[in-house]
Amino acid sequence: MKALLTIEKLHKDFVLHGQGGIAIKVMHDLSLELHRGECLVLAGRSGIGKSTLLKMLHGNYLAERGSIRIHFDDGLLELTDLPTHAWHRVRRDVVGYVSQFLRVVPRVSAREVVMEPLLARGAYAQDARQRAETLLARLNLPERLWSLPPGTFSGGEQQRVNIAEGFIGEHPLLLLDEPTASLDATNRDVVVEMISEAKARGCALLGICHDEDVRSRVADRLLPLDEHLMARTSSQETF
Amino acid sequence: MTRSVLESPVGEKPVLDKPVLERPDLDSPALLDVESITRLYGPGKGCEAIDFRLHAGEVLGIVGESGSGKSTLLRILAGLEAPDAGRVTYYPLDRSLSDHSREGELDLYGIGDARRRALLRLEWGLVHQNPRDGLRMGVSAGANIGERLMALGDRHYGQLRAAGCDWMRQVELDAERIDDAPQTFSGGMQQRLQIARTLVTRPRLVFMDEPTGGLDVSVQARLLDMLRTLVRQLGLSVVLVTHDLAVARLLSHRLLVMRQGRVVEAGLTDQILDDPQHAYSQLLVSSVLTP
Repeated sequence: MKALLTIEKLHKDFVLHGQGGIAIKVMHDLSLELHRGECLVLAGRSGIGKSTLLKMLHGNYLAERGSIRIHFDDGLLELTDLPTHAWHRVRRDVVGYVSQFLRVVPRVSAREVVMEPLLARGAYAQDARQRAETLLARLNLPERLWSLPPGTFSGGEQQRVNIAEGFIGEHPLLLLDEPTASLDATNRDVVVEMISEAKARGCALLGICHDEDVRSRVADRLLPLDEHLMARTSSQETF
Repeated sequence: MTRSVLESPVGEKPVLDKPVLERPDLDSPALLDVESITRLYGPGKGCEAIDFRLHAGEVLGIVGESGSGKSTLLRILAGLEAPDAGRVTYYPLDRSLSDHSREGELDLYGIGDARRRALLRLEWGLVHQNPRDGLRMGVSAGANIGERLMALGDRHYGQLRAAGCDWMRQVELDAERIDDAPQTFSGGMQQRLQIARTLVTRPRLVFMDEPTGGLDVSVQARLLDMLRTLVRQLGLSVVLVTHDLAVARLLSHRLLVMRQGRVVEAGLTDQILDDPQHAYSQLLVSSVLTP
């Protein structure tokens, strides 16, 4: 079976114009394949470019060179040259993202944050609300917090709002940036279950996860990123 | 025929263990096409060679410092000031607005003033930075909201009043104050009233010039949240001018970064703010103070 996601020879530099145009090479020649129902975990030390890769797949970072393709049953989509307006629909319907940090919008309650991805697809508020509450309850977020904006929540509480928001849309490709970093054992188990269920319905997951226990329970494969660092080490000598 | 059918053995029913995954339809209709728009008051003053397309349902933010030409551009797009060169094409819902030669499209500065005013009344809305420019300060809040409906031929007093009350509530104003004049309202309340007055006719496309400028931070947050919700509920397309990147991040899907009259970078809002490519965008993003 054809992979859902194929990445070929992906490169990423950051050029800092304010610093005399220094180019920081963060990714060199990365290639990978990801199938439906599979969870691939990126491994490697902090700063090696794991989050960078997720952000490139979500359109936050531009790729320098290379290709990122999503293969549908009726054709493929090249993400590296997607017109800007097309990203809105790709994010809404295809690529989901559980970020490490919650971007807080003033006055918007935790419940509404979680409902948002469904509302954006035109779902009925009542249905979206029900699904959101089911997820928040499953993640053991106390009910009294549901109607409050998550700005003042603890790290673990905010993370659970993020997870609920990321999973509610059941995107075919889901990017996970340290989804369990601030969770206790009970809630880590819930997230592991949710990942397993996502795999069972054919979702492809690409994640970053430093927790050995969670990693061993969800990862079908590990992709160590060290080898892609070669470019950075060699270029550092020329600076 | 799908892949699964092709791969299944002859004569056997195809087994679909996973639902078919279809490529999403990425084409959304264009609402506004802007081609080579130039309007210069002096060298680097005004805007120059601007090109972009606005798609239905998009919120496009135009960011840049004072004097970058963003407000000039907005005035041109909104039909308030003719460009020196270039063309703005709008694709109206109401076919009677379109050009005689080309069905379904309209050259904003090729049509007469009367038709341009009709367009502003029927399909567009404009939110000024200063609510005093968008409201009639001497007449009641209800009359301010009703006026745009009346311009569309609505004459039923009861319905106009009901719409007034309904929109006062939508923008979180006390409907009890429907008979009070806007000059008795605070700045934030006036701005919300201006938004109600603009949106009551259900425009397709709304132009906003610094809608939260000049408001206290706490009032800004409330207004932003309200705008976000209304944009989604009404399926509005918006062109928003702001110098505030936080406002742009909260409201816009896509950004144009302007400097000295030109667009120096265009892209997805997140991408411009997280991975700006142009030296000026990098400077702009790195200069934001985060509390």
